[in-house]
Amino acid sequence: MSEHQHHIKLPEGSIEKQTTTLNLGPTHPATHGVFQNILELDGERIVSAEQTVGYIHRAFEKLAERRPLYQITPITDRLNYCSSPINNMGWHITCEKLLNIQTPKRVDYLRVIIMELARIADHLICNSIVAVDAGAFTGFVYLMEYRELIYEIYEEICGSRLTTNIGRIGGFERNFSVAAFTKLEKFLREYPKVLKEFEGLCNRNRIFMDRLINTGGISAERALNYGFTGPNLRATGVDYDVRVHAPYSSYEDFDFIIPVGKTGDNYDRYLVRGEEMWQSLSIIQQAYQKVQEFKGADAEIYHANVPEYYLPEKKDVYTKMEALIWHFKIIMGETAIPKGEVYHAVEGANGELGFYLISDGGRTPYRLHFRRPCFIYYQAYSELTKGAMLSDAIITMSSLNLIAGELDA
Amino acid sequence: MSLTNQRIKERLIEKFGETVSKFEEPYGLLSFETPKENNLKVLQFLHDDEELKFRFLTDLCAVNYPDEAGRELAVVYHLHNLTDNIRLRFKVFTDIQQPDIFTASKLFSSANWMERETYDFFGVNFIGHPNLKRILNVDEMDYFPLRKEYPLEDQTRIDKDDAMFGRGGTIV
Repeated sequence: MSEHQHHIKLPEGSIEKQTTTLNLGPTHPATHGVFQNILELDGERIVSAEQTVGYIHRAFEKLAERRPLYQITPITDRLNYCSSPINNMGWHITCEKLLNIQTPKRVDYLRVIIMELARIADHLICNSIVAVDAGAFTGFVYLMEYRELIYEIYEEICGSRLTTNIGRIGGFERNFSVAAFTKLEKFLREYPKVLKEFEGLCNRNRIFMDRLINTGGISAERALNYGFTGPNLRATGVDYDVRVHAPYSSYEDFDFIIPVGKTGDNYDRYLVRGEEMWQSLSIIQQAYQKVQEFKGADAEIYHANVPEYYLPEKKDVYTKMEALIWHFKIIMGETAIPKGEVYHAVEGANGELGFYLISDGGRTPYRLHFRRPCFIYYQAYSELTKGAMLSDAIITMSSLNLIAGELDA
Repeated sequence: MSLTNQRIKERLIEKFGETVSKFEEPYGLLSFETPKENNLKVLQFLHDDEELKFRFLTDLCAVNYPDEAGRELAVVYHLHNLTDNIRLRFKVFTDIQQPDIFTASKLFSSANWMERETYDFFGVNFIGHPNLKRILNVDEMDYFPLRKEYPLEDQTRIDKDDAMFGRGGTIV
């Protein structure tokens, strides 16, 4: 398709060749979040792109040095805010690694359900927005209804929809209610049909394919050198997934495939995310089945038995003395965090989300660094769009799934 | 024979001798230290060696230890060998008066922005970096915020009324 377009050949010296500088500014309907690109354009082709980030920098790493562990969970929400439960769970699992806490299987399976729902929520947005940027708005509207249902499931458990602050160190703040499971069953029943309908709309659509194939591609070697992880790396053919390489939260008990692409272009990224949604649905089905197998007293377990670090449920705080004491100690930051350095990574929706936590035994971390996948792979954007048309650059940006919160922290 | 922490440690000591030190394995991750002049040599060795193959730079960040004289800033590299699935961490320490560290961005393109972020927050000067300027903070900022000496709040603000925040008195 792009081979048909040639640059107009003007006689030598007839006009000075100049490039246009275009500011794809921080506020722009096509950039999903606040980040800026200063593009040098030669007609419609991009000669170079310079990225500016930091418009939503909120000093999370500095804040974390002044906050006890539970106060850091709300700031991890705001990293990749499209899939905040994954960030929350990742942070809690990092704390559990530091504190040497083992979570019971039921907690792990419930966590897997929530994390995979968050992954579906994020990929759903990314794929539908790629379609919107290519001009197809309808699919987005159909899929957003199911993101709403996912929000309702989160709301049943933690009370919030987007920035969830879900979970505790060692488990969850309350057992999943019957309503939560009913909504989960509704989701599992209805979402596959809608996803299939969306895929029927876009996947083999001639215009959609022509816009996405062979644009924004990157080779596996360059992607690895740029530190790509997650669906963007898997689209280039490297099957690196933290859930399989370093399983956490009992992911080794589940049976799922890692979809990989070949050329790393926009279409491969779109397809990888689409297939990952199917895999996530399968994982949720398996996890839900495993959760239902717990009967009697086992079905009431929703946290590990670590009263020193687990913030107790409010109803216990109001009625039991021990729970009141632990609640007080944890909130005031009087519980002892061991000295140590730990790095733990989870598979976020965009790739390897890492938490590097250094504790000096005090009530707050000495240093907390977030390894943010978006920040690391956004560097490659200028290489991905060199020589591309402006409209392809927009699609490349949305198919990379750049979330501004994760870019800047 | 699959790669183990012990084997990596042996290879490193064999190649670098006394310059690699403080081997530890906190939470199963091999961690060591090397003088700052050697950081590229260690990175290159870990990258090129056919047995070690640490070809993925997971993370690059810095930590400020104001109490250790002459070693106030530590730059921490997290590397990952994807084929054998082993991670590793190493640190280089530098003096805060002259925090010059050689850039890893020629070897790993991902180090480019990670080093800019480290410069932005800690003031570590990466020698040879193509574009060492602030990335997340405003360009006009003249201090390095994540250093321990700087408080969380910006002391130069004149618009916040302390009486409203329960601290008593006002900033004029």
